[in-house]
Amino acid sequence: MKCQQCDKQAVFHITELETGEVRELHLCEDHARAYLNQSEGGGGSENEPSGGGLTGPLTVGQTADELAVLDKKACDMCGITFFEFRNLGRLGCPHDYSQFEKELEPLIANVHGATTHTGRRPDRGSTGLPESTAELTSLIGLRRSMQEAIACEDYEVAKQIRDTIRGIEERWLGTGRP
Amino acid sequence: MTHELPMEFDAFTKSTGEWLKGTGPESDIVMSSRVRLARNLAHFPFISRASEQDRTDIERFLRERIATAPLGKELEYIDVGHLESLDRQLLVERQLISREHAEAQGARGVAIDKLEQVSLMVNEEDHLRIQCMHSGLDLHGAWEQIRVVDEQIGKVVPYAFHERWGYLTACPTNVGTGIRVSVMLHLPALVITRQIDKVFRSLQKISLAVRGLYGEGSQAMGDFYQISNQTTLGRTEEELVEQVGDVVPVLIDYERRAREFLVRETSQNVHDQVSRAYGILRTAQTITAEETMQLLSRVRMGVLLGLLGNVDIAQLNSLLVRTQPAHLQKIRGIELDTKDRNIERARYLRQHFG
Repeated sequence: MKCQQCDKQAVFHITELETGEVRELHLCEDHARAYLNQSEGGGGSENEPSGGGLTGPLTVGQTADELAVLDKKACDMCGITFFEFRNLGRLGCPHDYSQFEKELEPLIANVHGATTHTGRRPDRGSTGLPESTAELTSLIGLRRSMQEAIACEDYEVAKQIRDTIRGIEERWLGTGRP
Repeated sequence: MTHELPMEFDAFTKSTGEWLKGTGPESDIVMSSRVRLARNLAHFPFISRASEQDRTDIERFLRERIATAPLGKELEYIDVGHLESLDRQLLVERQLISREHAEAQGARGVAIDKLEQVSLMVNEEDHLRIQCMHSGLDLHGAWEQIRVVDEQIGKVVPYAFHERWGYLTACPTNVGTGIRVSVMLHLPALVITRQIDKVFRSLQKISLAVRGLYGEGSQAMGDFYQISNQTTLGRTEEELVEQVGDVVPVLIDYERRAREFLVRETSQNVHDQVSRAYGILRTAQTITAEETMQLLSRVRMGVLLGLLGNVDIAQLNSLLVRTQPAHLQKIRGIELDTKDRNIERARYLRQHFG
């Protein structure tokens, strides 16, 4: 792939996220350096908003090979790949924040200038709901596995998964159905 | 072309939301204060990855659970997925749902209280978007109200929450608190004196976003602007409310000074502009929504500067919404194309100012 600014080979692939809008840049080493200096140095033009790091790079300095490997990484629950997320700008399910934690960290740091929540926490009341929702989120993966088992006509496995799903639903949601 | 419209939404055309009453603090400049929270269920994929069945299940789950939450007020649930396009547009114009929610596909809904202060959008970009909107400058009132609503719903709904990242959202730009704090300001004098761009550049430098009247992606119309926080992680909800709240008095001061300048230095000119705007609204035979908004903005400023008497601010605020395309058609009870809408809009305005 050629650099978007000149005829050299593009070796830097940068994804920017601006208030939900995704923009991809493919640049040679020289133009990438110039671009990154501009977005980090705060010396950009007056029209470029400089606050909040929203115009900063999502993933910085990855080579095409590194990015290709990263792009294939998929969520165990919803199945979204990092490539799909980069294209869409939206994550697939709550588990993505754990699955892609390392990859999301620079992005989130750029957008928010912080990487840890300091605000309110859910008050689960007397419902017995856990504060951490990881077990509930596993239902997303279980439902997907059940569908796959049905598609393969592996009904015994599908039945086992269905029973596991029901167990989790009854335990945390007080219902056999969502 | 015209044809009769169904009448279910008639109640909406006879009233306006609380946020348009023009009664809150600093309501000469601050139209409304809004806080919204983005929330998701832990046990379903986010909307962009959800199947049609998932969306149906999410909608039913949230509808049923919201109905059982002790919110201390009655909410009416509207099945947005089955509404006519015009009715969806009506809800957008009243700021009860977003344009994206109106134009989305599949199962979705909104729960609204009678005063139209609270709205709970189901299956927007996130599974649940809670919004509280108050008239004038009342960010703390809106925050307190939404905090209670969120707390009550959180007791019956398993919100997706992560120890490190906080409330999990479909887009990482909302993660953490999931809060968007915004004020809608009427800044005609800063526009006339050409200071508005400078003000906005300063706001962007401190991580505040500027949008038009109808939210993300919308153009500012009639000198109305929404100022809101950009970041949602690493600071508490109260700190983010303060971040927006702190800048509002400064903007109010700039606008007041610009209004004083206009009256002092260009008195005749401003009086002429305001009177002409009023004249057009009273006599036009055909008029677009954009021109109406612009002229209402000038008249609103004129009334507040004491240049025009006998015009009620609440009525002007209400006309900003009631002259929008869907409202106009619902009020008239007939579907109208653009040309006929412009004629009806002019007729409606003549009736009000006549």
